[in-house]
Amino acid sequence: VEEILTKAKKVAEAAEVFLLTSEETPLQFEANRLKSIQTKQSTHLALRIIKEGRLGYATTTEPTDGQGLVESAVETARFGMPAKFELPSTTTYPKVDVLDPAVNSTPIEKMGSLGSELIAIITDHTPDIICEAMVVKETISLKLINSQGGQASYKKSVFSLGVIGSLIRDTDMLFVGEMQSSCNPLTQPQDIARVVLNQLELAKNQASAPTRELPVIFTPRGVASAFIPSLMMAFNGKTVLEGASPIGNKLGKKVFDRKISLWDDPTIAYRPHSRPCDDEGVASQRTPLIERGKVASFLYDLQTAALANTRSTGSGRRGGGLPAPSASTLVIAPDKTSFNDMVSDIKEGLVIEQLIGAEQGNILGGDFSGNVLLGYKVESGKIVGRVKNTMVSGNVYQALKEVTAIGSQAEWVGGMVSTPPIYCPRLSVASKG
Amino acid sequence: MPDIKAVSRQLAQDLKKYRADYIEARLEESQRSHITYRGRELESVGQATAVGGNIRALIKGGWGFASFNDLSDLPNRVELAVKQAGLVGKEESKLAPAEAIVDTVANEKDSPLAISLAEKKQLLDQYNDIIWGTPKLQTSVIGYADSHKKTIFLNSAGSYIQQQRTDITLRLSAVAAGNGQVQQVGLSLGSRGDFSSIQNLHQEVAEMARNAVALLSAPQVKGGEYTVVLDPVLAGVFVHEAFGHLSEADFVYENERLRQVMVLGRQFGRSELNIVDSAALPGLRGSYKYDDEGVPATKTYLIKEGKLVGRLHSRETAAKMNEKPTGNARAINYSFPPIVRMTNTYIEPGQASFEDIIADIKEGVYAKNWFGGTTSMEMFTFSAGEAYMIRNGQIAEALRPVVLTGNVFTTLNNIDAIGNDLDMNQGGGCGKGGQMPLPVSNGSPHIRIRKCLVGGS
Repeated sequence: VEEILTKAKKVAEAAEVFLLTSEETPLQFEANRLKSIQTKQSTHLALRIIKEGRLGYATTTEPTDGQGLVESAVETARFGMPAKFELPSTTTYPKVDVLDPAVNSTPIEKMGSLGSELIAIITDHTPDIICEAMVVKETISLKLINSQGGQASYKKSVFSLGVIGSLIRDTDMLFVGEMQSSCNPLTQPQDIARVVLNQLELAKNQASAPTRELPVIFTPRGVASAFIPSLMMAFNGKTVLEGASPIGNKLGKKVFDRKISLWDDPTIAYRPHSRPCDDEGVASQRTPLIERGKVASFLYDLQTAALANTRSTGSGRRGGGLPAPSASTLVIAPDKTSFNDMVSDIKEGLVIEQLIGAEQGNILGGDFSGNVLLGYKVESGKIVGRVKNTMVSGNVYQALKEVTAIGSQAEWVGGMVSTPPIYCPRLSVASKG
Repeated sequence: MPDIKAVSRQLAQDLKKYRADYIEARLEESQRSHITYRGRELESVGQATAVGGNIRALIKGGWGFASFNDLSDLPNRVELAVKQAGLVGKEESKLAPAEAIVDTVANEKDSPLAISLAEKKQLLDQYNDIIWGTPKLQTSVIGYADSHKKTIFLNSAGSYIQQQRTDITLRLSAVAAGNGQVQQVGLSLGSRGDFSSIQNLHQEVAEMARNAVALLSAPQVKGGEYTVVLDPVLAGVFVHEAFGHLSEADFVYENERLRQVMVLGRQFGRSELNIVDSAALPGLRGSYKYDDEGVPATKTYLIKEGKLVGRLHSRETAAKMNEKPTGNARAINYSFPPIVRMTNTYIEPGQASFEDIIADIKEGVYAKNWFGGTTSMEMFTFSAGEAYMIRNGQIAEALRPVVLTGNVFTTLNNIDAIGNDLDMNQGGGCGKGGQMPLPVSNGSPHIRIRKCLVGGS
């Protein structure tokens, strides 16, 4: 890595070498039993240079091929975007705990029994359910050095445990599921099973929904599937810079209900997307996005921040390409209302656990429209059964402008988003009944 | 860079030393380049090279899999995969028979390799200028990528197959904003290595940008059931989501109840409906000679005259269902094992002209182009990039993009007209089991669906 930096410095004004190595061991269960054990070793080496003021970029899986990498980056720098930023020099990083050696030392046999126990709890409850489960341990090692003297490195462990159950009765299919992820080993399959058993109980009966506006409660999983994709695009500094974010010119203004506060915080210990620094070596920080309904700030990497005349929020993330602004660990603050009180408040309405296709409309504009993959009908303050063949549509900015209530209890969804349930007074529902 | 050919020869010897019911290896080397624009400016240009491989072993019905970038320690990787398979396996291994094949498949077209970054950029500059020549435009995104990949597949039965492929994708989108509204229209194209297929699109690009601006003043459809007409692009996405995924045998083979539902001979549609998946068609993005288990590509009827007649298989799913392998086991790259996937999936053309199809619709929706689609097997959604009301047999006012949804057990049966204008869309990428985007193509003629649920205000 040092050698590549030395080579790159000779031909460019500035250079940065980024090395990501990982070893991942997924166990897959199909049809209620262990089907495969995998081990995935990967190496990703990226070189970013600034030559004659322009960005050049190349990646390889082969650390010994430094010369080829430098040449390739130089070739792209002829056309690259003008670099408006300076690479960070020596930086002090916050201490963020993301490595637990117990993840790597978890034996495969133990992982196998976690998956089997999880499936056993669910099949004991519903014998004819077919489960797919996944138990994964992963160790990631990141190293970054640049020509300004900046350097960062950390190791991270990630452990994930998840299940999807399908229950088929003739042509009626019910899908239930839950997945959790942490930098510590997950040792309690019953925590995941509890979510799934609750879904199975609530979906036991079928109910029908009318085609009209109804009050809708989004569970934490529902919030993540309906609202988060649009919000993440809107708070991305790049979208704001282009003038394509519906809230880009609303900084400091009230756009959402004052009960809503949202922030991005990669410094929370042992969350899978937490880290001491971003993928450009900028220190991690907690960035408020919505403060009591007001737009508080946007997420920036180095280049976008420079173009927007602001500072990086330490949100640069690489998905195989150049860094771009991206959220890491999102938190929506809980409020006062319990989930049960929300349900009791509804005469006729829906509870949404998962929408499919919601992220496929005009998410830039905030529109969402999804089929209710898992959701329930509420009648006279009680959940009466599962709804199917039903679409819920709306616009994030209208739906979150005034909400009836925010739940008192937040849950982690997947490991990346922590949110309580959100109760919207009315949304458009179209249903075949 | 390590020479995967030399490595593969040694590996062919090594595979024989281990005790397993079956072992295979895949080695890959690839070069990629990408150019993206956001707004007026070029945002990113980059090049990537990768070398990697995997070993997959089967023992008593259990699979072990090891993937790697580091090719220096292969005997240990083989050992690891075999050991893992041994930990899993408790039953009998079942794999449909497949001939040992030794073959070298040359690339059909690889024109991007001969074209410089400067030339690629010049074309994209032209498209970006066209987009930005449109008034009221807020921003735009253009993403171009090409990849060239060499793969060597070998297995313990003596197969040794070298294949190459080149892929090109081009995605453009124009974003218009005004009065607190943001609207976008996109265009997705792809090709199996033929750069000329993304040239000369200047008119389409201009139309895309104008459409984005026009959407700002378009109303949203009222949610509910409509008679819907889909253009070939969106109907292709529909057939992929609505039926293609359900015909992938890995969802079915170990699920007794689903096997009863998906029994061959079951009537899903009217007698005019024929659905095909074929990797054997030449030159499309889902085309290949051998799949990632070394099985030759086939043409498979999924629906014939409205009845379920076939499904897509890997060697394992075929054996477990007592059906023939179809050569549909695919992996997005060396870091994943192959799973059952679609290739080129389409509805065969019928007799009706577009005018016939819309003639007797009093009030309906004409949906074109695509944003995306997804399925839960029974229920699926797919979203249109453009939509118009149909009134009294005529295309009427433009609508905001719509999301449509259906249920596989009723919606296919509600297709009551099939056009004569089959067209394949090359711009798609399919996701399944964390493997995305896999190059596929989808196609269809115009089709009419009665009682289709449309989300709206």
